[in-house]
Order: sequence, then C-alpha cells, then structure tokens
Amino acid sequence: MSNQSRIRLERVTKRWDATTAVDDISFDVTPGQFVILLGPSGCGKSTTLRMIAGLEEASSGRIHIGERDVTRLPPGDRGLSMVFQSYALFPHLSVADNIVFGLRSRKVPKAEQRERLARVAELVDLTDYLDRKPAKLSGGQRQRVALARSIISEHPICLMDEPLSNLDARLRSDMRREIKALQSRLNMTVIYVTHDQVEAMSMGDRVILMQHGKIVQDGTPDELYNRPASAFAASFIGSPAMNLLPLVAGETGAVIEGEPSTLVAPMEAAGGHLGVRPEDIELRPAASPGVPAKVVSEEYLGADTIAYVEVGSHTLRVRLSGKPLLTGQPCSLFWASKNIHLFDANGLRRDDMPLSDFAPPIRSIPRPPAVGSFQH
Amino acid sequence: MSLTAYHKMQLYGALLLLPAAVLLTTFAYLPTITTVINSLFLPGFRGAPTEFVGLENYQVLFDDPTFWKVARNNLIYAIGTIPTSIALALCMALFVNGKLRGRGVVRMAYFTPTILPMIAAANIWMFFYAPQIGLFNQLLGILGFSGVNWLGDPSVALGSVIAMSVWKEAGFFMIFYLAALQSMPPELKEASDLEGTSRWHFFWRVTFPLLMPTTLFVLINALINAVRVVDHLFILTKGGPNNATNLLLYYVYENAFSFFDGTTAATITVVILLVLAVVATLKFTILDRRTHYQ
Ligand SMILES: Nc1ncnc2c1ncn2[C@@H]1O[C@H](COP(=O)(O)OP(=O)(O)OP(=O)(O)O)[C@@H](O)[C@H]1O
Ligand SMILES: [Mg+2]
Repeated sequence: MSNQSRIRLERVTKRWDATTAVDDISFDVTPGQFVILLGPSGCGKSTTLRMIAGLEEASSGRIHIGERDVTRLPPGDRGLSMVFQSYALFPHLSVADNIVFGLRSRKVPKAEQRERLARVAELVDLTDYLDRKPAKLSGGQRQRVALARSIISEHPICLMDEPLSNLDARLRSDMRREIKALQSRLNMTVIYVTHDQVEAMSMGDRVILMQHGKIVQDGTPDELYNRPASAFAASFIGSPAMNLLPLVAGETGAVIEGEPSTLVAPMEAAGGHLGVRPEDIELRPAASPGVPAKVVSEEYLGADTIAYVEVGSHTLRVRLSGKPLLTGQPCSLFWASKNIHLFDANGLRRDDMPLSDFAPPIRSIPRPPAVGSFQH
Repeated sequence: MSLTAYHKMQLYGALLLLPAAVLLTTFAYLPTITTVINSLFLPGFRGAPTEFVGLENYQVLFDDPTFWKVARNNLIYAIGTIPTSIALALCMALFVNGKLRGRGVVRMAYFTPTILPMIAAANIWMFFYAPQIGLFNQLLGILGFSGVNWLGDPSVALGSVIAMSVWKEAGFFMIFYLAALQSMPPELKEASDLEGTSRWHFFWRVTFPLLMPTTLFVLINALINAVRVVDHLFILTKGGPNNATNLLLYYVYENAFSFFDGTTAATITVVILLVLAVVATLKFTILDRRTHYQ
C-alpha cells in the first residue's frame, strides 16, 4: 500500500500563553491503521488532532503526511478530511449539497459529483434523505451526513473528533461498528479522538493514551488492558476500573495498607500500588488462602454483579457472575500472581519483581462458577 | 355569576393583552385612523364646519409637482443609502470579526456614529461641509481643487445628505451583522477550510445565506429609516436649496408646522403608510419564504 497516508508527528508541542495543551509528543501512524487518541477531558486530544488537520498551528515540532512536511500547510492542502463532534453541517444546504460541498469547492465536474454522491449516499444509507435540510434529520442521520462528507472527498486519511458523543448508547454501538466497517472497507487511515474507553477498545487497532498533553501509553488495546504502563493507564482502561491499592512495608514483604496479615508482594513494592482488575479477583471462603475481606455491597447489572469488598481501609470492586447475594459476609480474596500489576511510587509499571501466588490455592476452580460456592 | 374555566382563560388572556393594546391604540391606531379621516376632509375656515371631500386631497397632492419632487428625492435617498450602508455594515462586520489587533477599538470606532445623537452628528458634518472653512473644501484646497458648495449646490446637496446618513447608519447595522457572525459556529469555517474552499466561495455559499435573516431585518430597518428622516435635514439643509434635499417626512413636517396645512400633511402621511405597508407585505410573503431561519 502506498505510503501517502502515513502520518508522523515529531516532538510536536502546542502552547497557549500559560497552558501547554500538547507537550512534546511523537508518534507514527502507518497507512490503514485505526488509531485512537484516548484520554480524559482537557488532555490535549482535540488539539493534537487539530494540529494534524492544520486548524491549529503547532508551536514547535514537525508533522509529516506521506513524504511531505505539512507543518505549515493550510488544511485544504493536507489531503485529509475530518468529522467534527458537532458535525459542522451547513444548516441552509440540503443533505446532498452538504455532501458535495467539498467537491464543488474543488471544482469537480458536475457529472462526477453526481456519480460520487450516489455511491456515497448508498454506502451510508442516506439515499432517501438527500433533499432534506439537516434540521430535519435525526442525530444518527446527521452523523452519517458528516461521515459521507468526509468519505466523498476520497482522501486516504480521516480524522474524527468524538463523532459519536452526541448519540444515545444504542445508536453509538451501531455507529461504532459502521464506522469500523467503512474504515476497513475503504482502507482509510483513521485517527479517532474519544474519551470513551469502550470505543477505544472496540474500534482501535492501536490506542494512544494521553494525560496532561503527554503520551502515557501507545499500544494495541490488548497491551493497554493487559500491561498498563502506569497506574493512570490502569485506571482508565476497563470498566469497572482496575483496583489500585497502596502497598506498605509489612514484616516480610509488602502488604495492603490496613491489612498487615497477608503478604501480597515483595518488600520492594512497598510505597507503590498494587493493581488488580475486578474480573481477576475470586471470592473464596473466609478461611482459604488470600486476603481477608468483607463484602459491603453489591450492584447487580444483569449479566454480572459488581461486589464492593472491604480490605483494610480500602474498598475493592469485584466482578462476579450471576446474582450471588453475599453482602455482609466475610470472605477471602484470591488472585493469580500473573494477574496483578505493580506500580512504583510515581505510578509507573514495574515488572522486575518476582511474584508468587497465595500459598497453596485449594483447587483450581474456573472463575465464574467459583463464585458463591462457599456459602454452605 | 360563575365563569367557566374556558371563559376565565379568555379573560386572563385578554387582561394580559390589555396594556399593549391600550398603548398601541392610543399612540398608533387612533392617530392613524384620525390621520386617514383628516385626509378625507377639508378644514372649514372661520368656524365653518369641515367638509368631506373624499379623495380630492389626494388628487390635489398628486397634481403637486413639489410632492413628486420630494417623493423622487426620497427614492434617490433610499437607493443611495440602503444598499451602501448595508454593504458597508457587512464589510465592517466581517473585518472586525476577524483576528485583528485592537479590534475592540475598531468596533468601538465603527459604532460611535450610532451612539451620537442625530443633531450632534449633523453638526459635525456641518463642519465638514461648510463652504469656506469646511474640512472637505480645505482638503480639496490642499490638493489644488476649487471647493464645492456641498449643501448649497442643488446637484450635490442630496448626495451630501446621503453620505452623512450612510456614515451614521452603517455602524448601527454592523452591530447586527457582528452579532450574527459571532453566533455562527466556527466549525463551519473549519470544515470548509479542510476542503480548501476559498474565502470568496465560503462567503457566498455559507456566510451570506446564513446572514440572510439579519440582512432582511436590517433592510426593513433601513427602509423605515429612509422615510423617517427629519432631523438631519433640519440641521443641514432645511430641505433646500429649492427642495433639492427635501424628503417626505420633512415635507410632512413643513406642511404641518410651517404652512399649518394639516390636511396635506395627513394626506402625505397616509401615502407613506401605504407604501410601507406594501413593502412589509412583500417582506413577509416573498422574502421570508426564501430565507433560511435557524
Ligand atoms: N484556543 C485555546 N486557547 C487556550 N487554551 C486552549 C485552547 N484550546 C484548548 N485549550 C486548552 O488546551 C487543553 C487541551 O484542550 P483539548 O481541547 O485538546 O482537550 P481534549 O483532550 O480534546 O478534551 P475534551 O475531551 O474535553 O474535548 C485544555 O486545557 C484547554 O483548556
Ligand atoms: Mg476535545
């Protein structure tokens, strides 16, 4: 595949007087990739995207698209299209005119405009709405018009800034799949901004997680989930979020703050945090090896239940299948050592410590059925 | 007596409308009706009763060459001020809406003529237009041209009045355009920049159509203002020389308060009202249908 849709950022920074919105970030997007810029509000995702689009000028650093340095090029010369969160449809133009707006600007012949319009309208399922004004469309249809407008330009690169955030949950999941399908069908390179980790995990080939204008982690959704680079990354990905427990020095190793009886990590880990996902914790009968705990409440979600479990002075979330009704009961928390994540005092991941499982697990029970089996 | 809920609501609604209705009736509808009635009668002299003459007053008015001259002046005045001040207002608004150093000052400067009372503004322009010591003639003198009698020369005077009106109105209309421009989402510009749309194309395809409601509003205001001119003329020219700058409302004023001819004044007023009514109807029926309102 040609290289012309490769996007490369080199040490790009954006400053506004006192605020540094984007701080010295670099990444390289290969053609055909679906890249997610993920992060909490105000972390600089939109600013990064807008600098790639040329709507905002980088304070320093270089941006390359294909072989060209586009850092100072106007947006129209960069060969990319963009879908805005607000859709940015022209309210006085019909759907058809909105879609071909760019083609008219670029003086594409009328006949070709019509032909491309018909094709794209078919693709996004808007053929019956071409004569309507945007005000008479539903949110999802407006979203499709915005998509159509960026597809029809046939630019190999499409930037999207939270395109689904104005839609309701149901429509959002439909559109997620539609966008993903369109992207692979048209072989577009997409950079997609979102603060929704579900969108990030389900759509991205690659997720770039940002915080305070810096890249925290850049990897596949798998890597972000299984090997979060920092406590922040760990807490941002996954729902409910990973449990992070402060570790203090115990007699022979690190223990959870307020629960000195059970060793959970080597001594070097004290001062940092222990991370364990709600879905990686097992509840076992109170006497079995593990961390002594007490179930304080449960949140029933249908397919599963989130139990809130008290350990020392901290509350953990544990995902259980079914509707176990354990509130008030003492229990023991068990997790496999391969499922725990250790973070140092600065929140960075540490992989240099040997970990061992809790002394002998009674028997290896597959996780979901194990739940609640100790009640009698 | 007990009222049904329906009648109570009716009464409630009527009471809510009452203040506006009283004010409008007292100050708009009654005077209008009186004016129409006046225009159909001839006043009796020396205590004789007024005499109903039907449309005779209109006949007399339409035979009066001064009326036609004044009406023609007003048409020229309208054509001279309306498009120019609207176009100028739009240009100024586009200019101060852009990224501009010290745009607060520029906006302020553009708006100043509007906050100035008309009499004060006219006095300033008197100084510009004065034959010997006036600013314009002194500038012309420096460039080696002989001076122009800006307000005294019948062929120039109306132009001078028009120039001043444009100066005064444009800043006012600019405020409306500026407000409309600022309520336009910036993403529209960004979306079209991404398509490489030229400024020109963007203006005609997006900005201008979206400003259409404002343009209509401003247009109607400009039209009303064009037949409402009294104060400039009062200061600058008093309608002279030889009615060269006389406009309809000033002519009404002259008839009523200089010539004490209330009947002619009423007749002209009715004609003005009819013309404005036709314009308003056109606006609501034809233009509104072609305009995109948000
Ligand atoms: N035009 C601007 N002038 C000054 N500061 C700005 C400007 N635009 C953005 N910022 C600042 O830059 C930082 C990053 O903004 P940005 O819009 O990139 O955040 P974001 O990650 O897209 O957040 P969100 O998820 O809320 O959209 C914020 O602190 C914001 O206040
Ligand atoms: Mg944003």
